[in-house]
Amino acid sequence: MSAGSISTTLKPIRKLGPVAWLRKNLFNGWFNSILTIITLYILIRFFIGLIGWLAAANWAPVTTSPILYAVGQYPQVELFRVGICLWIVSFLFGLSWAIWGNIIRNFAIMLMVGFLFLAIFLPFELADITQTTLRLFFLSNIAVVMIGYGLGRRTVLGKARWVLVAWFLSLPAIVILLHGLPSVEALPVVETTVWGGLMLNLLIAAVGIAASFPLGILLALGRRSTLPVVKVFCTVFIETIRGVPLVTILFMFSIMLPLFLTGDIRIDRLLRALIGITLFSSAYMAENIRGGLQAIPFGQYDAAKAIGLSSTLTMLLIILPQAIRLVIPAIVGQFISLFKDTTLVSIVGLIDILGIGRSILASKPEWTSSQAEVYIFIAIVFWIFTYSMSYSSRRLEKAMGVGVR
Amino acid sequence: MSSEMKVESTGNPIIECRDVHKWFDDFHVLRGIDLTVETGEVIVIFGPSGSGKSTFIRTINRLEKHQKGDIVVDGIALTHDIRNIEAIRKEVGMVFQQFNLFPHLSVLQNVTLGPLWVRRVPKAEAEAQAMELLERVGIPEQALKFPAQLSGGQQQRVAMARALAMQPKIMLFDEPTSALDPEMIKEVLDVMHELAVSGMTMLVVTHEMGFARGVADRMLFFDDGLIVERGTPDDIFSNPKEDRTKLFLSQILQH
Repeated sequence: MSAGSISTTLKPIRKLGPVAWLRKNLFNGWFNSILTIITLYILIRFFIGLIGWLAAANWAPVTTSPILYAVGQYPQVELFRVGICLWIVSFLFGLSWAIWGNIIRNFAIMLMVGFLFLAIFLPFELADITQTTLRLFFLSNIAVVMIGYGLGRRTVLGKARWVLVAWFLSLPAIVILLHGLPSVEALPVVETTVWGGLMLNLLIAAVGIAASFPLGILLALGRRSTLPVVKVFCTVFIETIRGVPLVTILFMFSIMLPLFLTGDIRIDRLLRALIGITLFSSAYMAENIRGGLQAIPFGQYDAAKAIGLSSTLTMLLIILPQAIRLVIPAIVGQFISLFKDTTLVSIVGLIDILGIGRSILASKPEWTSSQAEVYIFIAIVFWIFTYSMSYSSRRLEKAMGVGVR
Repeated sequence: MSSEMKVESTGNPIIECRDVHKWFDDFHVLRGIDLTVETGEVIVIFGPSGSGKSTFIRTINRLEKHQKGDIVVDGIALTHDIRNIEAIRKEVGMVFQQFNLFPHLSVLQNVTLGPLWVRRVPKAEAEAQAMELLERVGIPEQALKFPAQLSGGQQQRVAMARALAMQPKIMLFDEPTSALDPEMIKEVLDVMHELAVSGMTMLVVTHEMGFARGVADRMLFFDDGLIVERGTPDDIFSNPKEDRTKLFLSQILQH
């Protein structure tokens, strides 16, 4: 081969500069070039429109009383209780960070950044509490997360078992704290009818997720049971609930249940919503888990039996851990749906963040043209939480080594 | 129909099977198996696929149910009573063709699971015993790895350690080397050889005739749900009586 033919047959390898990258990826060929131009045009029009809208946007419905979006009509005098609940959650996140660092670390850091953001740009104005106190409160949450982290790493608290127990107990603790006890003077009862805003969405989602997960497991196992009564009951339950919209279930629980009960027994509105959402979610959870159970090879059951494990232990130690790992994406997807479905509790007469938004818009006639601002704000808030959930789920999968051979 | 007399009970029969029948729906897979296994005997079961040999050893620890006949293991009758079944499973260990290790647990956890949860042994003791067993099968350094990180031969040895951790009196092997690459078969057979020599009662379903010749006390030829011929390895290899036995041996001893 002569020197001349080498330079024509070998393609030189070089790093792509920006112009070359554009030519390769966006403008390679007529069709792609036209697509690129059209897309750019659409994007530019969109952003110009967006900026124009942002400039003219009236954020008053959002900025006038942000506290309503956060906690609804919870009496401002008692807001310190919400503060304590936030401390509890921050502490538990710090503790969880210490133990499951590779999953929770980024989330915990974002949480602290979020508190910093709130402390600096404080959007709230409250009647009884000064601005400084509020800023200090948000900063204190950052400290609480770090305290949780420190305690988790250095003391005996730092065991997965205890932290899970702590999370589990935190739910009733938060409910009691918010609701108050009739006999305790420092905690006067605050009826659940005035609970609202984002706090309500988060609370319902947390309880719904915590309750529907074990219930879903039981239903899935029941549906696969060899006992006919159990199997039929579980199947009918799952199929009935899956065939009905959540709105209908909430409606049934809130409006029809009181008709069946005598006048003396009144079930708290929030409890009705919680039961409805839990039952609804557990049916879907059951099917997700059943899918995972079906994927476990029979050999696992054989091996477990051969070493003498009882059916219960086989399920708990061998089958369920594997099955659930397989369906984490589906389960987290279900959790995210549940969180978004909490906005339907307006059926039951509870005012969640969406309900607050609608009430605020309705309160002043000049704000009817500002609907987009309110809904976009609420959408952003939801997105922050749901994205955190799916991000954490990806970290969880990575930590468990699922999907990577 | 079996071709010769029953083995006489010389020592302690640890497994007794009398006229065992099994059907899978209409398919009569076990057609009357009679067998007595003495303590410490190593029995190799061989035969064409579909002959019922795997099904037969799976009936011994109730992974399959027999519909007719009696099975008595270590003096315990194998009935529908779950307590009997669980008692028998404690005494019988099994090694599977597909290993069936628990993929979400480490090697050490796989081996300690049985002792911890079934025999209720304290954790430190269970782990110490597990490490001893892993050394016995030749892979103590793999203790903290996960099954997916091991080769087939290593996984099967972990499976054997797992079965031995329950301190069984009987070990069942269902084609333990059939899923292994040829270069790994020897390491597994070596462990089985050592086990046999140490006095374990073993029922091994396998095609490894070298192993049978070296260590088996008796060989059973299964065909069509029956024990067609039984005898010592010498009897079977030098002097097979039944035509079917001769045919099968000629097929598998070619290479």
